[in-house]
This record gives sequence, C-alpha cells and structure tokens, in this order.
Amino acid sequence: MSDAMIKAEAVHKRFGRNEVLKGITLDVAPGEVMCLLGPSGSGKSTFLRCINHLEKINSGRIWVDGNLVGYRQKGDVLHEISERDVAQEREQIGMVFQRFNLFGHMTAEQNIIEAPVRVAGLKPDVARAEAKVLMDRVGLGDRLDAYPAQLSGGQQQRVAIARALAMKPKLMLFDEPTSALDPELVGEVLDVMRALAADGMTMVVVTHETGFAKEVGDTVVFMDDGVVVESGDPVSVFENPQHARTQAFLSKVL
Amino acid sequence: MAEADQSSEPAPAPAAPVEINAVPVRRPGRLVAGFLIIVVAAALIKSAATNPRFGWGTVGEYLFAPTVMEGLVKTIELTFLSMIIGIGIGVLLAVMRLSPNPIVVAASGFYIWLFRGTPVLVQLLFWAFIAALYPVISLGVPFGPALVNLDANTWITPFVAVLLGLGLNEGAYMSEIVRAGLLSVDEGQEEAAKALGMRRMMTMRRVILPQAMRVIIPPTGNETIGMLKTTSLVSVLAYTELLYAVQLIYATNYKQIPLLIVASIWYLVLTTILSIGQYFIERHYGRGTAREVPPTLLMRIWQSFSTWRHTRVEIPEPTRHGL
Ligand SMILES: Nc1ncnc2c1ncn2[C@@H]1O[C@H](COP(=O)(O)OP(=O)(O)O)[C@@H](O)[C@H]1O
Ligand SMILES: [Mg+2]
Repeated sequence: MSDAMIKAEAVHKRFGRNEVLKGITLDVAPGEVMCLLGPSGSGKSTFLRCINHLEKINSGRIWVDGNLVGYRQKGDVLHEISERDVAQEREQIGMVFQRFNLFGHMTAEQNIIEAPVRVAGLKPDVARAEAKVLMDRVGLGDRLDAYPAQLSGGQQQRVAIARALAMKPKLMLFDEPTSALDPELVGEVLDVMRALAADGMTMVVVTHETGFAKEVGDTVVFMDDGVVVESGDPVSVFENPQHARTQAFLSKVL
Repeated sequence: MAEADQSSEPAPAPAAPVEINAVPVRRPGRLVAGFLIIVVAAALIKSAATNPRFGWGTVGEYLFAPTVMEGLVKTIELTFLSMIIGIGIGVLLAVMRLSPNPIVVAASGFYIWLFRGTPVLVQLLFWAFIAALYPVISLGVPFGPALVNLDANTWITPFVAVLLGLGLNEGAYMSEIVRAGLLSVDEGQEEAAKALGMRRMMTMRRVILPQAMRVIIPPTGNETIGMLKTTSLVSVLAYTELLYAVQLIYATNYKQIPLLIVASIWYLVLTTILSIGQYFIERHYGRGTAREVPPTLLMRIWQSFSTWRHTRVEIPEPTRHGL
C-alpha cells in the first residue's frame, strides 16, 4: 500500500441501474485538504459516504490509512467485515453533514460526549472536560447546555464539528457543511474549518465555497457525472481549467 | 470566530409599548349556548340527585368497601403490567419490522396479523383454556430435548393467563405506534450516529427511540387508558378486578346500578390520573424541541376562564429561531 490517508482505486457505485460513481481514483495525503466540487447529482456525497462505508461500493477499492474500507482481503477473496469492525473503522473518520444532524434530544455537551463515552469507553468526566475544550475551540464554550433547537444553524454546525472531533479522528469528511446556512453564518463555520486545516487535519470537503477552496485547499477535485473531470492545485484548477465542463461549472459558481 | 454570537448585538431600546386594552367583540351566540348547557346540566344533576334508584347512599357505602379496593388494586396491576408487556413486545416488533432480515420482518408481520385480527376476548379465553391445548409446556431446544417441563395448569394461573392475553394483544397495537415513532425520526440522526461509530442497536436505544418517544407517548397514553377499561373484560374469566368485584357484590344484594356507579367512579378517577401523568411525560420527552406541549383540557378550560376575566390581548412572544 502507500502512505496515503485515503486511497481510492476505480471506485464504482450503482443505485439499482443508476451508476453514480464511474471509476473514481484519487489519493489524499495525510494533512492534505481536498476540496471536492461539482454540479448537484455528480456523486460527491455518495463518494464521501463510500469512504466511511455508509454506502457499499460495487467495485474498486478504498483504503483509509492503509486499511481496506469495509472488507478484508484474503488472497484474492474479499470478506465483508462485521458490523462491529465497520463501526470501529468509522470511529477514526469524522463526518459533518449539510443538515448538521445533531441529536435533537441532547444538549451540545451530551451530543459531544455520547460517542466518546458509549463507543470509545471514556469516563464521563474526562469526556466532559474534553467537550469543554472542544466547545471553546469552536467558539461556543458558553453554550454547552444548549439544545440544538436553541442554536443558530452556524452554531449547530460548529457543535457538529466538535462532536466529530471528540472521537479524535484522523480524517474529517465534510459534506457541504455551509450549504444549509444563511449567508451571514457561513463565515463562522469556515473559520473553524480553516483552523482545523491549519492544525494539520486531513480533510475532504465537498463545498461550493470557491474562496475557501482556493485559500485552504491543497487540492481541488472537480467531479461531474460520477467521474473526476479535473484535479490539481486550486490555482491551476480555478484560474486555468483545462476541461470544458470545469470551465462551464466555474463560470456559474465564481 | 469571536464575534459569532449575534444574540449579543445590542438592540435599539424600543419606546415603552402601549398595552392594547380593547373592548372585546360581543358574542351573543356564546352566551345563549352557555346558558342552555347550564340549564340542561342542572336538570340532569337534579334528576340524578333526586331519583332514589341511583342509590347514592349505597354508592357511598361501597365506594371504599374492601372487595372494591382489592378489585381496584388488581385493575391497576393488570393495566400496568399488561402495558409493560405490550410496550416491550411493541418495541421489539417495531425494531424487527425495520430489520434487514426478511424472515424477521415476516415474523413480526405475522404476529401483528394474528393478534390484531382476533378479538381480545377470544384471545383471553384461549389463554384461560391453554392447559387443554398444551397440558405441558416444554422449554428447551426446538425439536430437541426439553430442558424444563412446566405443568400448564399450575403455571398458567388465571393471573398469568389474563396478563398474557392482554399484554400480547397490546403488543400488536403498540408495535404500530412505535413504528410510526421510529419513522418520524430524521434519517440524518441514524447517519450521524453510524458515522460516530455507533452500532445499530446502540443507535436505536440512544438516538432513535428517545426521539421517537415524542410521537409514541400520546397514543400510548390513549392505549393505557384503553387498557384500563379493557381489563374489565377479564371479569368474564371470573378474575376479580374492579368490575368483577362489584358484580360479586351486586350478585348478593341486587343493587346493580349503585355498584356500577362505584366502578365507574373509580375508572374515572384512574383515567383522570393517567391523563395528568401523560402531560408530564410528554413534557419530559418534548425537551430539546422549541415547541411546548399543548396544555391539557383542564388547563385550557382554566385558561379560557381567566382570559374571560382579563380581556387583555396577549401578544405572542417571538418564537425562537434556528433549525
Ligand atoms: N440512497 C440512494 N438511492 C438511490 N439513488 C441515490 C441515493 N443516493 C444518491 N442517489 C443518486 O445518486 C446521484 C448522486 O447523488 P449525490 O452523491 O448525492 O450527488 P451530489 O452530492 O454530488 O449532489 C443522484 O442522481 C442521486 O439521485
Ligand atoms: Mg451532495
């Protein structure tokens, strides 16, 4: 294997007869921030969900930190791994959703300590202390007792990021983390993500925020219709797109 | 990210608002309707109080009679135990319905079909006569050796038969209620739990079920009140709950009406207590949602009387924003 954090090789994914991913091959190095762009329906979310095995791929391979996602290879044969092992793989991969998906019946603090206590077996007071640190880090140190419904969208998304970080993941996946936010709340979430990138977190970010992609992204990948059309460093992709489909897309979002 | 909290923005101090103190619209229809209802109610009360066949003296005499009290305790016991069985089975069946395994789904569907498709009275009678069907109940490996043999007549006591009859039947109804609750929880909740490394059962127990409760509780309250009344059916099995207790008494003194009133009073007392309890449970499971649980009927009546007295127009507070 290689020392890539994520290595995807010819990943195909079908829903029924609808082929959504048609052979995705890409590498994400440790500490790299990869921004995934592309029109709606091009398969960005699906690819992200394949990385933590929320979706099963139909062919190809994905490795995270050298481990095959969802399977174990013995000789030429792939064996599905158990639910417990899948869950264990997911602990290492944080995910942030467009609609935040905070647990509505729990306070911010309870949201954050739930998995560390129940899944990782941390002592509740240790987890609570860590939750406080994380909430400070996302600028919400005084909202530990707030329920999601009492927080603005931007605040909820920052709690969701803190919740994912509480499992100390080695990789963070963001699926359009700012798309459900009012424009004036986008900045506060991007600030948190920027700080995270500066700390060296490996991140795959599906986003339409080209400003963020340019500034924070190490690589930009443009996807369309289930394939990677173009990828490279942000400057070359944004300022000198080679492919007509990339040009057409960028002319709409820039 | 320092200046993110916009709630700290100073709002311009508004000029002191003037309370609206308007003369309410006259509503003659309401007055007439209210008057008619009061007249009819007064007539009914007078007839009930003066008709000697109601036997209010006898009602008072038997209201706290030991036999009635014992029956009352049995009724409460049956209601709660069979609801616990029903809820347990209901949750199990609902979770089975969502299983990826088709055989598990089919088993749950069959159970619901069977128990909802036959009258509960028939089921109760089956359990009462179970010993005729299975004189010996063997627990052990299916088609293999038995580990324990239980004599049905000693183990399926009338109490157990009644409990099984009511509880297993209730499970079929509860499963539909629980299922509706589970489906009401946004899929994103399960996704988020999975992504954090939580497994299916933990996700169900910690994330989905608690949020489904908000949808599950109100109909479960109704089921409990329904169950309280359904327990009276077991009087046909000569099981001494509230109704059978008063029947035993009027079998000897022939004062059927007063004793049925005694039973009705106790059923009403219990349903009232259950409704109040339901309000507080709903409020507990509503936490984390911006909306308040609607007030109970009693509270609404009280509130409308107090707004009759103060005709100030209430201006609703702005609702909390956020998704
Ligand atoms: N669970 C699913 N079942 C069936 N089709 C799906 C499912 N999820 C996504 N799709 C389809 O896959 C395609 C790609 O979706 P998605 O990955 O969400 O695109 P993007 O995130 O780039 O907008 C869409 O056509 C969508 O309808
Ligand atoms: Mg998407």
